[in-house]
Amino acid sequence: MKTALPFLELESGPRVDVTWDGTPLSLPDGSNLAAALLAAGVDVFRHTPVSNAPRAPFCMMGACFDCLVEIDGVTRQACMLEVTEGMVITRPQETGAHANET
Amino acid sequence: MPMKRDLAIIGAGPAGMAAAAQAAELGLRVTVLDEQPRAGGQIYRDVDRASQSRANILGADYTDGRRLTEDLRQSGVEHISGAVVWAIEEGFRISYTRNGRGAQVEADRILLATGALERPMPIPGWTLPGVMTAGAGQILLKQSGVVAQGAVLAGSGPLLYLIAAQMVRAGTPPAAMIETQTRGDMLRAFRHVGGALRGWPYMAKGLKMLAEIKRAKVPRYAGATEIAIEGDSKAEAVTFTHKGRRQRIACKTVFLHHGVVPNTQAARSLGIGHYWDAAQGAFLPELDDWGQSDVAGVFIAGDGAGIGGAKLAEHAGRLAALKIAQNADRLSTQDCDRLAAPLRRAVTRERAARPFLDAAYPPYGSALHPADSTIVCRCEEVTAGDIRGYAKLGCLGPNQTKAFGRAGMGPCQGRYCGLTVTALLAEANGRSPDDTGYYRIRPPLKPVTLGELAAMNDTDLDAAE
Repeated sequence: MKTALPFLELESGPRVDVTWDGTPLSLPDGSNLAAALLAAGVDVFRHTPVSNAPRAPFCMMGACFDCLVEIDGVTRQACMLEVTEGMVITRPQETGAHANET
Repeated sequence: MPMKRDLAIIGAGPAGMAAAAQAAELGLRVTVLDEQPRAGGQIYRDVDRASQSRANILGADYTDGRRLTEDLRQSGVEHISGAVVWAIEEGFRISYTRNGRGAQVEADRILLATGALERPMPIPGWTLPGVMTAGAGQILLKQSGVVAQGAVLAGSGPLLYLIAAQMVRAGTPPAAMIETQTRGDMLRAFRHVGGALRGWPYMAKGLKMLAEIKRAKVPRYAGATEIAIEGDSKAEAVTFTHKGRRQRIACKTVFLHHGVVPNTQAARSLGIGHYWDAAQGAFLPELDDWGQSDVAGVFIAGDGAGIGGAKLAEHAGRLAALKIAQNADRLSTQDCDRLAAPLRRAVTRERAARPFLDAAYPPYGSALHPADSTIVCRCEEVTAGDIRGYAKLGCLGPNQTKAFGRAGMGPCQGRYCGLTVTALLAEANGRSPDDTGYYRIRPPLKPVTLGELAAMNDTDLDAAE
């Protein structure tokens, strides 16, 4: 039921198929990935490496690193990516938040 | 060897866009680097792609940004979008990542136009999914046309009313506004009412937004205290005390806001001096009235120089560009001063309402000095009690906390805990924020992968050309 979702898309446009943690999702083409996942009803994006606490987007501007997801084996900030056809998105491994730091 | 730019600008918000257009007009070779796919900054995020219906919700102050994006396009300035800058070295050499590859540009001068961050608002439950900054709520609407249904807004400040009014216009009014400012704050603010009257357009807009919120019958709880977010794996409700009574409002989304603060990460990495500004409750970079820092060749304009809003940022960007052009011998001192005069008058006008707003909507005290059990560093999950414990063990400054317990060492690099850690240590040790200091910021400013570094080679110096 659409009204039960925490987020609502005000506009509709072309959509593309992606998978989130193995589940197929249809998201707006070229939209911000974090926003699109939230609007699709994804509430928990990852669990922290420190205490396994659930996290989801917080700042939407690339500063907080709470919206980390994994794409092609690389941990990325979902709020800094745009949705493309066939994207395979997974929750990052528990060590993901630090695995890519130098 | 590719040509060195006269000026590299970091950030394509109002300050960066205005500075780029002005500098290009004066004949400088300019490159703008910005993290987002399109120009605008956070205030005008994706303004060129916003539909008419979205523009109606967001209002004329938002679509006004198209003037600046158009100027930037017309200027012919090189705009490298999607560029995450992670190092700025003397000379200057800027390293950034774009599309998974590292690259560099070189410039004689730098203008930092990196804007603001939300003031961290550590309250119980603020790390739960469903809890976001009010700025994030605005970004969802601006960039994606996504709005929260039945969200609760908590905190204080004009942005809270702006987002509430926009949610009303979108047909999804907030379930409640839990406001931390008190009647006493408003009374104290009236000391600055003269300035507020000179800044009347802002006050009139504020009153119009309040009327919209009232018409939509959004419940407002002013003077709220003991705000906490409940939930197991995600936000389920906000609890707070209002007029002596404990209240609970069920919701799935909470937008927090109690002001914005300058994003000083890049400035600090360059060793620019900063001082504590009590009125803004934040550290500001040491600058002259052109935005020139104490590091030769580095300028700062916009909210990163001190919070003043989008219009002020635009004027400050132009002022900095004039001085940069003069330093580069493209503008005489006389012409520089002549062109600056109207901009300085505009800056004064834009600043007029600020003291009133700062006094009327101060930060939420319980988030400046959180309870022991509240998480302060989101990345490493360090609590306020942990920080106070480090102080007892002799920890005087934020850099030492890293050795005690990794606070500020996560991927956000202290962006959402730095000011809280300074405040907690200053309080525990009975020292000023200036004496307590802030995290030492070193590159990489953002995490960079080995793969991105490996993909950077000599031919990538100037990959954008």
